[in-house]
Amino acid sequence: MSASHTLLEVRDLAKHFTVTKGFPRPVTTTVRAVDGVSFVVARGEAFGLVGESGCGKSTAARAVLGLIPPDAGHVRFAEIDVTGARGSMLQQLRRRMQIVFQDPYSSLNPRRTIGQALTEPLGVHGLARGRAARERAIALLEEVGLPPSAYDRHPHEFSGGQRQRVGIARALSVEPELIVADEPVSALDVSVQAQVLLLLKDLQTRRGLAFVFVSHDLGVVRWFCSRVAVMYLGRIVETGSVSSVFGAPRHPYTRMLRDASPIPDPAIRGQLPRIVGEIPSAANPPAGCHFHPRCPRASDVCRTAYPEWRADGDGAVACHHPED
Amino acid sequence: MIAFIIRRLLASIPTLLAVLTLVFLLVRVVPGDPAIAILGDRATPETLAALRAELGLDRWIGAQYFDFLGHAILGDLGTSMVTHRPVWTEIAEALPHTIVLTLAAMAIGCLIGIPAGVWAALNRNGPVDVLTRLLSLLGLSFPVFVSGIFLLIVFALQLHLFPVIGNPRPGDWIDGLHKLVLPAVTLGVVMAAYVVRVTRSSMLQVLGEDYIRTARAKGVPRRAIIWRHGLSNALIPVVTVVGLYVGILIGNSVLTEIVFNRPGLGKVIVSALTQRDYTMLQGMMVIYCFLIVVVNLITDISYGFIDPRVKQ
Amino acid sequence: MTDVALSEPRSSWRVMAGRLLSDPVTLAGVILCAIVLAGALLAPWLAPRDPLEQNILDRLAGPGSEYLLGTDQFGRDVLSRLLWGARISLLVSFLSIASAVVVGGAIGMVSGYIGGRFDLVTMQVMDVLLSFPSLILGMIMVALLGSSVTNLIIAISLTAIAPFARIARAPVLVIKERAFIEAGRALGFSHLRILLVHVLPNIVTDLLVMGTLWMATAVRTEASLSFIGLGVKPPTPTWGGMMRDGFENILDSAWLCIWPGLAILVLVLGLNLVGDGLCDVTDPKANAQ
Repeated sequence: MSASHTLLEVRDLAKHFTVTKGFPRPVTTTVRAVDGVSFVVARGEAFGLVGESGCGKSTAARAVLGLIPPDAGHVRFAEIDVTGARGSMLQQLRRRMQIVFQDPYSSLNPRRTIGQALTEPLGVHGLARGRAARERAIALLEEVGLPPSAYDRHPHEFSGGQRQRVGIARALSVEPELIVADEPVSALDVSVQAQVLLLLKDLQTRRGLAFVFVSHDLGVVRWFCSRVAVMYLGRIVETGSVSSVFGAPRHPYTRMLRDASPIPDPAIRGQLPRIVGEIPSAANPPAGCHFHPRCPRASDVCRTAYPEWRADGDGAVACHHPED
Repeated sequence: MIAFIIRRLLASIPTLLAVLTLVFLLVRVVPGDPAIAILGDRATPETLAALRAELGLDRWIGAQYFDFLGHAILGDLGTSMVTHRPVWTEIAEALPHTIVLTLAAMAIGCLIGIPAGVWAALNRNGPVDVLTRLLSLLGLSFPVFVSGIFLLIVFALQLHLFPVIGNPRPGDWIDGLHKLVLPAVTLGVVMAAYVVRVTRSSMLQVLGEDYIRTARAKGVPRRAIIWRHGLSNALIPVVTVVGLYVGILIGNSVLTEIVFNRPGLGKVIVSALTQRDYTMLQGMMVIYCFLIVVVNLITDISYGFIDPRVKQ
Repeated sequence: MTDVALSEPRSSWRVMAGRLLSDPVTLAGVILCAIVLAGALLAPWLAPRDPLEQNILDRLAGPGSEYLLGTDQFGRDVLSRLLWGARISLLVSFLSIASAVVVGGAIGMVSGYIGGRFDLVTMQVMDVLLSFPSLILGMIMVALLGSSVTNLIIAISLTAIAPFARIARAPVLVIKERAFIEAGRALGFSHLRILLVHVLPNIVTDLLVMGTLWMATAVRTEASLSFIGLGVKPPTPTWGGMMRDGFENILDSAWLCIWPGLAILVLVLGLNLVGDGLCDVTDPKANAQ
């Protein structure tokens, strides 16, 4: 991938949370929520970040945007360093990278109208004011499929799916090049999910947007993204194109995830997957490869040494015994 | 459990220290010279300086502060500038009267308030409920000295049921009780008003909870539901309010003691204020705040008993 | 795509006012407050006599045709003093609580938003202030600062700052976690903008409701302080001061105590009723029941 195509470059990103509790002798626990994450997103590309709850994908997504200051690593957006950006440079970056949240019910200020929510970022970044801002806002509403009359309404007058559209419109208002979508449809009813996903896809095509699509739902990621990274306990265990990662998973965890999300096709007769155990606490990960307690292919080396990151074709995997 | 108590005790030490410091600063922020306030502005500069030296006011403020702290921790709050008796003695003589009044008011407040609140909650929006809410709102709206004076006018002056002057004859506890009634009722009624409201709303909330519905579905008799499941949980916020209210109660007891001419901290502090007796004021503030902190501590600890979740 | 029939937007303030006035009990409270307010505002025209004018010969007269509510120990007309006294009560309670809401609310809001160490320390300080019984604190402040209207306002305001800091802080802790705050940061909004435009409007209602209830407390505190002799200096008429005069002459004329006592009761009751009504109207849980 040539440098001019790369929009977002994340290298060795890490974020730890330290909690000191207890009396009289305080005990310090460190949760390594994100522990050395690296990936690359090209212009206009939909990149998925999947994993189960607690694997650190949401934290990683926020760290990429700079909403959570990372403890280590670099994030570069269009050759600009994000982690060290301040002041006006940071403001510029904020325009180019945006986020859509999971919960449509808390992502909008209940006391502000939809119109105010859409025109405020326009004013803050000096893009438009007054009548021009209003016109832009209404255009955005149309773009996400909402009527212009929504401009004067409050969020509580809308359904979850509609509120999510407003959130998307707000993110689009500053004309970003990349959108981090943090579980954008997980809180919506299934029928509404499809509509919002179609909207996002449409926007990607029309505006040439890149996405970092964070989700625990493999089916959604499979449909929306072209490339994907699988996370486990704060680290990426496998990356590659969606077809190869899900079609022929190399890491045992990826295989387990894929098998656990059923495909409604009677022609595919699969065995029920062997799902062993639950995710261990991120405060106390197992030694060696984090996955070894649950892995059907674990051996001695897996229990002692963390596997190296091995590139293979257009993807990569961190496993001592990858499947082929 | 012990660890919990110790933790709370240790946590209240910085608060006490801060309170002592604040009291020290507050009294020192005086516009004007205490020596002049005591001796009058005809006094010669020599006598003023002598008095200042005697009171320790000419020393560096830091020395005064540590002196004050040291003495306060040991229980020595200095000597009253007016009566020349130790502050602690004055307070110790007056304190029991205030405590008796406060406890009597609390007893009246809870004995009236809690059953009334429960009754009102059980008969929601019925005539009892509406009446209780209006009466409690009325009770809340009366400033203590107004209700005290009204009660005085009605029961003492018109009906001659109770005495007007409230100084109990020492040793005669029946007389003491007789003279306690009106002031305690005055204070107790206001507290009852608070307690009724909190009990009612807390009871309503608890009665609406899922575990109550489960108990009913299981066929637990209504009485047991109310007493065992409902009341004990509903009482938790009531304990909070009672604990918080003690501070207000102590403040109101000052007014009540004035209205009914009872001995107690109220009289002491008012005379200290009007005569600018700074050492006395300082000592009084320390005692008041100390009382509040102790009451908060007791409230916190009793939480640990009532609500097991709090202890960890 | 989806087009939904949307109803007419209604301003939330008007909805609240409508619900407020439809409850008879709250309405009664509004009327009581309005009466007192009218009396205070129209005092120069309604008062039959100069409140400071002494007629020693007519002292301690009961209510009658010449002096509608009677006279005090200096022969001053009680009704006139009552009307002018309303000004003090309303002025002191409103200004003291308004400043406490602004200062205490700001402290609580900023402290809750910043969080961490700063919040911990600030709340410790507030807790220390809270541990002073407010009447005692008020008494001491007035004794130290001197009795004037300004000092009275400052003293009462100081007793209310810590409670309002707590009242403002609690909802901020919840709102801070809502996604729309994070969205503001992601969109490049400054902390100041988020505080003023997004956090503040969400706590204003709470502050106003508690402010009304605290005004009732402030009226009581001002009256209590005047009663003890620490209020506004005589001969300015205040309700608490009038009760003090009445108390000293209680054996001669009980009426002197009754009128100002009733006046205080009316105002405090009115404010409490309105505050309670506001509470019911703005509390989402109460509405659901």
